[in-house]
Amino acid sequence: MRLKAQTPAAPRRSRPSGADHALVVNDLSKTFEKPEEITHTLKERALHPLRRTRHERFQALTGISFAVRKGEFFGIVGRNGSGKSTLLKCLAGIYAADQGRIWVDGRLSTFIELGVGFNPDLAALDNVVLNGIMLGLSPREARARYERVIEFAELKEFEDLKLKNYSSGMHVRLAFSVAIQVEADILLIDEVLAVGDAAFQQKCFDVFNEMRDAGQTIVFVTHDMSAVNRFCHRALLLERGRAVMLGEPDKVADRYLAVNFDHTAALEAEAAAVRGLEQATAETEVRGFGDGKARIVEVWLEDDDGNRATSVAREQMASIRALVEFNEDVADPVVELGVENGEHVPIIVASTAERTEHTGRFKPGDRAIFLFNFGNLMAPGRYFPRLTITHRGGGLAVIARYQREFSFISINARNTGGVIDIPVHTDNWLLDASPRVGEAVR
Amino acid sequence: MTVESLGTPVRALSEEEVLASLQPLEGVGAPIRGPRALTDDWRRFWHLTFTIARNEFKLRFFGSMLGYVWQLVRPLLLFGVLLFVFSHVVDVGRTAPHYAVTLLAGIVLFTFFGEATGGAIRSVVDRENLVRKIHFPRLVIPLAVVLIACFNLALNLLVVLVFALVEGVRPMVSWVEAPLIIGMLIIYCTGLAMLLSALFVHFRDIQPIWEVFTQVMFYASGILVPLELVRAKTSPGLFHALMLNPLAIIVEQFRHAMIDRGALSAGQVIGGWWQLLEPLGIVVAILAVGFWVFNRSAPLIAENL
Repeated sequence: MRLKAQTPAAPRRSRPSGADHALVVNDLSKTFEKPEEITHTLKERALHPLRRTRHERFQALTGISFAVRKGEFFGIVGRNGSGKSTLLKCLAGIYAADQGRIWVDGRLSTFIELGVGFNPDLAALDNVVLNGIMLGLSPREARARYERVIEFAELKEFEDLKLKNYSSGMHVRLAFSVAIQVEADILLIDEVLAVGDAAFQQKCFDVFNEMRDAGQTIVFVTHDMSAVNRFCHRALLLERGRAVMLGEPDKVADRYLAVNFDHTAALEAEAAAVRGLEQATAETEVRGFGDGKARIVEVWLEDDDGNRATSVAREQMASIRALVEFNEDVADPVVELGVENGEHVPIIVASTAERTEHTGRFKPGDRAIFLFNFGNLMAPGRYFPRLTITHRGGGLAVIARYQREFSFISINARNTGGVIDIPVHTDNWLLDASPRVGEAVR
Repeated sequence: MTVESLGTPVRALSEEEVLASLQPLEGVGAPIRGPRALTDDWRRFWHLTFTIARNEFKLRFFGSMLGYVWQLVRPLLLFGVLLFVFSHVVDVGRTAPHYAVTLLAGIVLFTFFGEATGGAIRSVVDRENLVRKIHFPRLVIPLAVVLIACFNLALNLLVVLVFALVEGVRPMVSWVEAPLIIGMLIIYCTGLAMLLSALFVHFRDIQPIWEVFTQVMFYASGILVPLELVRAKTSPGLFHALMLNPLAIIVEQFRHAMIDRGALSAGQVIGGWWQLLEPLGIVVAILAVGFWVFNRSAPLIAENL
């Protein structure tokens, strides 16, 4: 059983049928053609009238198909450059798709950026009306909503001010208020959550929750997995312009993080190979610490199946292993592990001495593995193991050290903000016939 | 707590499960087409054009302390200087009746031409933020520029009217031609606005070229010198070429119908009304080509900016 403390997801309809869908995308592809040299002047054209400009084709989206159900909070996630913004712009009708079709049932409003078309020299009213019309309202409807917009934005006392005199926070509040007052059937939202001060952000989250509970259809594009987990009923994962997965947000989130960090790790490995030589010199300095009777050759992470890994998922078992080579006779050495996070806060501290004082007698030339097996409850992020071998009983008699050369990543779809992420089960109930405080005193 | 109690590790879905979740489905509702020049929702199209134009106009009007005065000063200053030169230095001004009113009217009509076309060139590129962020009929942008110029034209024509009455021009039946003449001017400028704004996305040197062309137009449209005088001094071939310019016909007919019935009408000056079909044809052709070019480039403007 998973111990994950999570509120149950909203009820899902059993089997999707055509009528249930608010938005259907079928086999959508989009290619950008960028000329290798951009000819921006007539002269260049006139000088080389027959030369065909060569185009560099960039396939941004390939065969994307999915359907969003009515009343669904639908997430589209992917790394930068995975095509999620292009997809959103195709859905919004800003880019023309070159293959495939999109259907939409109802009025659709897009928020790729808040306050599109706001004019800094005009007061709130004119801007609200213009923005409202842009988003699909008639001028009368837009004017009718003005009071509500100003009220929600908490800008009543500043409504006569020109927009250029607004702070950026006020600007965003006004824009967001217009956006949610438009009452579209389907909202397309592009990472607008990360705006405004904390109090307003909370208000936005509240609005999103309200909308979701009220059955508003929302398509939300982001790279913030915690937001996806928090709001979305389902999510679509994009990778290099392809839809690789569609499903429950936590599963998509885990895959997203795995893909993401694997990629990062691969890049790092490449970079490390280049740096190899210099690093080797640096390593000897770090490793040189101690009396040198043994040497930590290598430290690595192994997953549950015994494969080397660069990352470990939440609630998964993994082990940190060290290969130690002995140069002289050593009896019952103690190996200590410390795992630090990026801020140098020790998250794991463990020692072989906790299990036994007798780790064995080693002769020159012996090679041994020391293993630290753990269940991962660490917050998402990068972790740095450090190992120290000391003589038995003597904390200060260091034989060898290994510091911060190898690191691994903890994958966790939730980012609670805590240093570790302990499974928590919540519950609440009503106590029957409990006396009130006042009564008890009397 | 033993490590086993941590439960099953997180695993991604199997390939089959993934593929099943990504099955395409049949469509619902209306298909979404990409960005276009026009829209099926004409009311929205008009609301957008009007609101953008109104906001912009409001800014110019109330934007600076003297607001509209500045809008007037430029054409009026040009008018003053030219009037002085052509009445006192060169002799044209004194021979033609109502020369001052004709000159002012010509400058006002030309100002519209310059504002509508010169303002439209950069309009789509300058509103990049809008074009790349929101779906709306792209044609709204150049049309809003033309509409702003129309607001200005209406106010300026009021000034011309007052000036004409003061100068002794009496209201005439032929004033009913005004909507036709102004309408043709607006159509001509709309065609150019669409054409230029779409071309500017790809060819940025359209702008300086057009500025030079506009200046030439000022002298080639019979604003300074009445066309009958021009005809007397040029070869028939050159004059015929000059008369292909719709702006010259519009200015001349405006003068004939609104200010001075004694002046030649556009048909007379060009040598027969059927000859008018040439400049008229040019107006229609520019409108058609302008729309065609804009409509063709509209879906890709957002990508090409």
